[in-house]
Amino acid sequence: MPSYNAPVRDMLFVMYDVLNMDAYKDLEGFGEATPDVVSAILDEGAKITQEVLQPINLSGDEEGCHLANGVVTPPKGFKEAYKQYIEGGWGGLTGDPEYGGQGLPYVLGVAMNEMCCSANFGFSMYPGLTHGAIDAIEQHGSKEQQEMYLPKLISGEWAGTMNLTEAQAGTDLGLIRTKASPQPDGTYLVSGTKIFISAGEHDMSENIIHLVLARLPDAPTGTQGISLFIVPKFLVNPDGSLGARNKVVCSRLEEKMGIHSNATCVMNFEDAVGYLIGQPNKGLRAMFTMMNAARLGVAVQGYSMSEVAYQNAVAYSKDRLQMRALTGPKAPDKPADPIIVHPDIRRNLLTARAFNEGARAMAYWTALQVDIARRHPDATERQKAEDLLGLLTPVAKAYFTDMGFLTSSMCLQCFGGHGYIREWGVEQFVRDARIAMIYEGANGIQALDLVGRKLPANNGRALMEVFFPEIGGFCEQAAADPELAPFATAVLGALEHLVDAGQWLMENGMKNRDNAGAAATDYLYIMALTTLGYMWIRQVKAAKAKLAAGEGDPQFLNSKVILAKFFVERMLPDTAAHLAKIKGGADTLMALPAEAF
Amino acid sequence: MKLLVAVKRVVDYNVNVRSKSDGTGPDIANAKMSMNPFDEVAIEEAVRLKEAGKATEIVAVSMGLKACEETIRTAMAMGADRGILVETDAQLQPLAVAKVLKALVAKEQPQAVLLGKQAIDDDCNQTGQMLAALLGWAQGTFLSKLEVGDGKAIVIREVDGGLETDEIKLPAVLTVDLRLNEPRFVKLPNIMKAKKKPLEVIKPADLGVDVDPRLAYSNFRDPPKRQAGIKVKTVAELVEKLKNEAKVI
Ligand SMILES: Cc1cc2nc3c(=O)[nH]c(=O)nc-3n(C[C@H](O)[C@H](O)[C@H](O)COP(=O)(O)OP(=O)(O)OC[C@H]3O[C@@H](n4cnc5c(N)ncnc54)[C@H](O)[C@@H]3O)c2cc1C
Repeated sequence: MPSYNAPVRDMLFVMYDVLNMDAYKDLEGFGEATPDVVSAILDEGAKITQEVLQPINLSGDEEGCHLANGVVTPPKGFKEAYKQYIEGGWGGLTGDPEYGGQGLPYVLGVAMNEMCCSANFGFSMYPGLTHGAIDAIEQHGSKEQQEMYLPKLISGEWAGTMNLTEAQAGTDLGLIRTKASPQPDGTYLVSGTKIFISAGEHDMSENIIHLVLARLPDAPTGTQGISLFIVPKFLVNPDGSLGARNKVVCSRLEEKMGIHSNATCVMNFEDAVGYLIGQPNKGLRAMFTMMNAARLGVAVQGYSMSEVAYQNAVAYSKDRLQMRALTGPKAPDKPADPIIVHPDIRRNLLTARAFNEGARAMAYWTALQVDIARRHPDATERQKAEDLLGLLTPVAKAYFTDMGFLTSSMCLQCFGGHGYIREWGVEQFVRDARIAMIYEGANGIQALDLVGRKLPANNGRALMEVFFPEIGGFCEQAAADPELAPFATAVLGALEHLVDAGQWLMENGMKNRDNAGAAATDYLYIMALTTLGYMWIRQVKAAKAKLAAGEGDPQFLNSKVILAKFFVERMLPDTAAHLAKIKGGADTLMALPAEAF
Repeated sequence: MKLLVAVKRVVDYNVNVRSKSDGTGPDIANAKMSMNPFDEVAIEEAVRLKEAGKATEIVAVSMGLKACEETIRTAMAMGADRGILVETDAQLQPLAVAKVLKALVAKEQPQAVLLGKQAIDDDCNQTGQMLAALLGWAQGTFLSKLEVGDGKAIVIREVDGGLETDEIKLPAVLTVDLRLNEPRFVKLPNIMKAKKKPLEVIKPADLGVDVDPRLAYSNFRDPPKRQAGIKVKTVAELVEKLKNEAKVI
């Protein structure tokens, strides 16, 4: 049976020593989040995820969800665990205090999401989707809608979903056909079929609030004609009590590769009562403004799978005896050495770990931008944070989930054949990790979003005025410090590749759009590696400062330095390869006619 | 009824503790610390008594470094109403802790003191008994059941070879065993509320207690490494070894 030990120490290190969260205590919600409180929250969060969610992860994967007479039942133990989770108030961690939430920093929400996901990916999606619904209603709902839905969504008594995808409309949401017809009383009747709807139906919460993209009768075609609706499973009476069962049902559950414990539903709407949220025909835009947070949530899923896979691979590699170390026996009293002596096993483990810890720092840094963008009193600071967030979100979503799948698989590799066998539980991590590369905008689309939308926005302001000065400025300073110089020089090199790639894009992407499409993923990777490099120097700097002050656990802190070296020596050099691929352009990619494939 | 509950900050039960190479003590620098699991059971029981309307106030107390405040906050997040930290960097031994608790009893006037039967770091299993003796109170130790009545309590104690049911007079010192209850998961809103509950910090001297150690520890070392096993060829050989080498039969 696999196990999970929440990396609370590293979380605290990132929050306080690397990101210096203390410095933001004037922001709303940060004042309550003093280090002692945050540490207590993380400890208790660790407890519930390790002791309640993790033990039903493997069994939930094996059992899956059940559909009978329109009712979906998640695997054994899930309903009880959900009850415990919401009674513990965990759903309300970052929720608006006006509606019963704790209003704590989004950074903490990300840390909690990480623990839930590492412990039980399938489970974590039920409250995860509710967060998406909360965000949408907070940002676009009317006051009445907020008062009606937010308290119970924040408490978790009600759950939420996102109903975007249809059979013919996945990436291209402009193709959506679900219709909404206005009624004299101001409501709408929604009809259509949505597919792949996560947590679309289940019996863990009293009610489910579906957020549904649909078209008004007179709507223009394409993305300009899509509106967003609230469609509750049970209609809500004005006094907040539950009324009639709405005409939205789950007609099928998908059989799938992973996340078996999360219901993936076909949802049929037949004249279901819905309520418009936000402006008519502006639904897609509403969806996208809240998507940064949701995408960051998916990014976290990537490295949280890798984290739990890593932990189990380490335990196995210290235990499994096969062959002798190349440099002579390390455990002469045993029939063979533990496989952790072998360089190639270490290559697997360290790639996963350098990614996990780099990604954690970058995820919290990105989440901090969400907090600053939402809570900072100074408009310039808010705009800077918003700009950074725009760049970092697609990068984190695509890179973390691509890597999370890859490194989970590298961790499985340490188990040899046993990794491929069910009972060890690592193959589940690999299967579960795979979905995060696809939903919430497939990774190829994230790269297009970065290159096509985020880079050129406001004449490149985010990149030129925020990203480059932030990372370049930090590295130039660090280069003057002999202890940090080797790291800083390496990251400055990566930054040059990024500049070079950007220039190539400007020169070649405009005249032939396929050049931009062909370069997008490689560009995203260079940006990801550069940002992770920056995060690693900041970790080294923080670790060295603590070591010099005689604080903290020397082994933990010294490991940071070694991991940063590993990152710089064995992961960061890939920026050169990505740059070379970009410069190959699109011609060869596009050379074969479709029939030649 | 007012309850005083003692909570100790100890090395987390998941940590594999080794002794320092110079033998002067266990090496716990940087180790993860948590509330003594037995004390968690004590707090849980107190909170249940309060929820059942049998207790009116729960005061969580701890002794030691400033960091013990975290342990008291956890107790308050579980449901204790307020906390007292007796702050000292002295090495605290059971007798000193019992004396401090006695002074706190004089200050707070509770009807019962609840403690874990032992702490998982030094495994002394002495503090509760010493405290009862110092106070001249009844003691119920190793409890797996507690029923509080009017001026008395019915307790079930886990003793060698079975369970013993006693009726004891209150006020009393009660030390709890792990089977008494299963401590709750702390709720997030309660962590936030705990931050606002009163926590008084005093020094042993304020209570007029001398906490200097009375025992000197001479040496710490890890238990001997387990030897590799051997295979025996016959049952007779096994019996012979059990008799003469292991001396267990
Ligand atoms: C388990 C699971 C859970 C899901 N949960 C939800 C949910 O809760 N709510 C919801 O609404 N949806 C959900 N989805 C749907 C998911 O978001 C979509 O599957 C995803 O957006 C991709 O759409 P598609 O499957 O139609 O693929 P397509 O859009 O057909 O894409 C196929 C491939 O083509 C690529 N592609 C498409 N256009 C371009 C382009 N212009 N340039 C380059 N590449 C391109 C894509 O990247 C992809 O690799 C879920 C899906 C799954 C499998």
